[in-house]
Amino acid sequence: MTALLEVDGLTGSYGSFTALHGITLAVQEGEMVAILGANGAGKTTTLRTVSGTIPRRGRIAFGGRDIGRLPPDRIARLGVAHAPEGRGTVAELTVMENLRLGAYSRPARAFRDDLQRVAAYFPWMERRGGQQAGTLSGGEQQMLALGRALMLRPRLLMLDEPSLGLAPIVVQDLYRIVRTLNREEGLAVLTVEQNAMLALESATRAYVLEGGRVALEGSSAELRGNESVRRSYLGY
Amino acid sequence: MTHRSRVKAVAGGGVLLAAFLTVLLLPGFVSDFRASELAYVAIYAIAILGLSIVTGFSGQISLGHGAFMAIGGYTTAILVADHGVTDLWTIPVAGVVSGVAGLLLGVPALRLTGLHLALATFAIAVAFPSVLKKAEGVTGGSQGINLFGVEGLTGAIAGVDVFGRHLTFNEWLYYLSWSIFAVLGVSAWLLLRGRTGRALRAVRDSHVAATSVGINPAAYKTAAFGLSAFYAGVAGSLFAIATSFVNPATFPVALSLTLLVGAVVGGLGSLWGVIAGAVFVQFLPIWIGKLPEIEALPASVREIANEPGIPSVAYGAAVILVLLLLPGGAAGVVRKLRTGL
Amino acid sequence: MADFLQQVVSGLATGGIYASLALAIVLIHRATRVVNFAQGEMAMVTTYVAWTLIDHGVSYWLSFVLTLALAFVGGVLVHQAVMRPFQDAPVVTAVMVTIGLFILLNGLAAWIWSSEVKAFPSAFSTRPIDVGGVVFSLQDLGVIAVSLGVVAGLFALFRFTKAGLALRAAAFNPATSRLAGVPVGRMLAAGWGLAAVLGAVSGMMVAPSVFLDPNMMRPVLLYALAAAVLGGLDSPLGALVAGLLLGVLLNLLGAYVDFVGTDLRLPVALAIILAVLLVRPAGLFGSVAARRV
Repeated sequence: MTALLEVDGLTGSYGSFTALHGITLAVQEGEMVAILGANGAGKTTTLRTVSGTIPRRGRIAFGGRDIGRLPPDRIARLGVAHAPEGRGTVAELTVMENLRLGAYSRPARAFRDDLQRVAAYFPWMERRGGQQAGTLSGGEQQMLALGRALMLRPRLLMLDEPSLGLAPIVVQDLYRIVRTLNREEGLAVLTVEQNAMLALESATRAYVLEGGRVALEGSSAELRGNESVRRSYLGY
Repeated sequence: MTHRSRVKAVAGGGVLLAAFLTVLLLPGFVSDFRASELAYVAIYAIAILGLSIVTGFSGQISLGHGAFMAIGGYTTAILVADHGVTDLWTIPVAGVVSGVAGLLLGVPALRLTGLHLALATFAIAVAFPSVLKKAEGVTGGSQGINLFGVEGLTGAIAGVDVFGRHLTFNEWLYYLSWSIFAVLGVSAWLLLRGRTGRALRAVRDSHVAATSVGINPAAYKTAAFGLSAFYAGVAGSLFAIATSFVNPATFPVALSLTLLVGAVVGGLGSLWGVIAGAVFVQFLPIWIGKLPEIEALPASVREIANEPGIPSVAYGAAVILVLLLLPGGAAGVVRKLRTGL
Repeated sequence: MADFLQQVVSGLATGGIYASLALAIVLIHRATRVVNFAQGEMAMVTTYVAWTLIDHGVSYWLSFVLTLALAFVGGVLVHQAVMRPFQDAPVVTAVMVTIGLFILLNGLAAWIWSSEVKAFPSAFSTRPIDVGGVVFSLQDLGVIAVSLGVVAGLFALFRFTKAGLALRAAAFNPATSRLAGVPVGRMLAAGWGLAAVLGAVSGMMVAPSVFLDPNMMRPVLLYALAAAVLGGLDSPLGALVAGLLLGVLLNLLGAYVDFVGTDLRLPVALAIILAVLLVRPAGLFGSVAARRV
């Protein structure tokens, strides 16, 4: 079976600085995969190379198609939704406009259904559709970023540190929604998470990055049992 | 002194000497008319040098240096025509008047970003001729001020005798302009390669860092703008003497833009670049006018060369192409400006 | 009083012209942080295109519409061919490029159409109409209707269409827009196209009164820059309101303040630009609230 996302020998760089040194990973249809690692290990860079926002080399296949040279907007239209670190909403637009923006690549007639589906998870977005996104709380903005990403009707959802700077209760809420999307709708999810405990609870598999390379990979259960993962990332 | 640096110094001196001799002897080999064209090169070079001081050393651009030239030009014209002052003495005065105007504008300009300063100076360039027209009492309105035949204008009719040699007005103008360029160019070079230059570059590259080593960025930036306006004022004064006449149309927006063309093409920063830019600005229309005489060119090129507007098309295209393609000239600008913003 | 009203209406007509060009400048500045100094020259060239069409016997309104279409194409081409390579360059470099474009287009017009002044027809008769004792010129009313009509159309495009939303989003936040599938580069090009369309409107509306020549847009550009700056450079609504205000203000100053007359209109615009930049660079209309279209 070919995986939904297959990455092989991927390198990514910022100007002259190379942040990834040939990583290989895969996400199957309907799977939820986490990427763990310390700051600067290359987690965020991995997502950026997949969504095409930074220069990269290596093989990236999505649904069997090579996307390694496509620009980010084309990759998004193929069904890769990336909610980047630090929100990923347009602060100057309203909540509803952000959702409409998310639906940019979808046919106009699908909008009503798509919106209903998103609003089922985030009822407040419809109620407060006219509010400017920049005036939302941090948690709400993260939710809106997720909502915007879902409006794309993605086949793969990539979340970058969704828990960053949010209150624990908001984080719980967010992950509950993501798990539901994954389990009930079969949406494949690739998430980057500093909070390893949280990530390993939700994901079925995980990769541990160190210095821009894959140091470890395995099922969540395996990794939770791994001595060094426990010491370095779970802290017990 | 090491061997290598001695060789370098000797070579540098040789180049300077060659340049000096070329400038000194050139009028002997060219027509009187060509001497006047070459005088304009020096005049443009002085103004472009002024522009480079602002851009190269504070990372901002002025689209209004034609207005400072106007201030200098009118200062000279008024002093010579209305007050009987000899033109030579008005040149430094014109520089100072324009420099003071530059300082006055430099203080508020400190608060402007590169883009806003471009906007403000462009507005000055567009509106200044109207101001000149309105201030009829001093400037003569749209009629302007005529200098030809006025007593204070040196050598306009009979030429000048210098060191026992008779010079025509154009030759006199040539030597005058190039001497002043040499003096101002060397002063700028001495000033900018030393402590002051380092301070200015520091201000351009990082405000915070400059402040932290005890440089007052505001003072340096204002001074740079004032100095730059002084240069433009001197150029304007020489321009007025060279044309022997000023009116609001002598200093149009196009002049300000032409100076920027010269600065961009010359690459902003080096004295040789400044001269190259000035040569380009002065001679491009003339060279284009000569194209029809070159038989090797295709007929279509020779036909359009004399059409109106072609020099402007070439100026504009040159600016865009230099910014796009020439790493030496323009990428230097790009590098300088990147940190300036 | 009747005279005053007439002055206000004719001020609104010129104000609408300034507002169109100011809006063009704001559209591009908002998306790229660059002030396009060549906006006026682009407008002038498109007006020559309209003149050529009319001169060949095409009816006024057909020429008008064709010119708007050609202006859009021209704006897109200018962006793709000239501006796009400077996308990541410092703002000041891009500004210098627009100056190069300014000089180039000015020369191009002189070359193709010569610098000779040409009469440009007006779509509206100069016949005065009497509304309860106040006499308006039909020309003024027509210019107001056209300028504001085009501006209203543009606002509707931004507000109510998917393309408009994508244009705004691409200007505000290109990174997030790309992730949402918006081809940002194409949106920037379209922005240049729309700006050229607005410029074409201002050129065709102003040409009957100032006559057509390669330098005709210089003063209009300065007034438009003043309006754009007054409106905060990023606010389309601000540019529109400031443009209209400026038109009325300059007209009233010209009519009632002898010292200003017609000679000092440019310096007044200059004074406004300097004052706003120094005292309140965000413009009269603030920035956050007015930033939304």
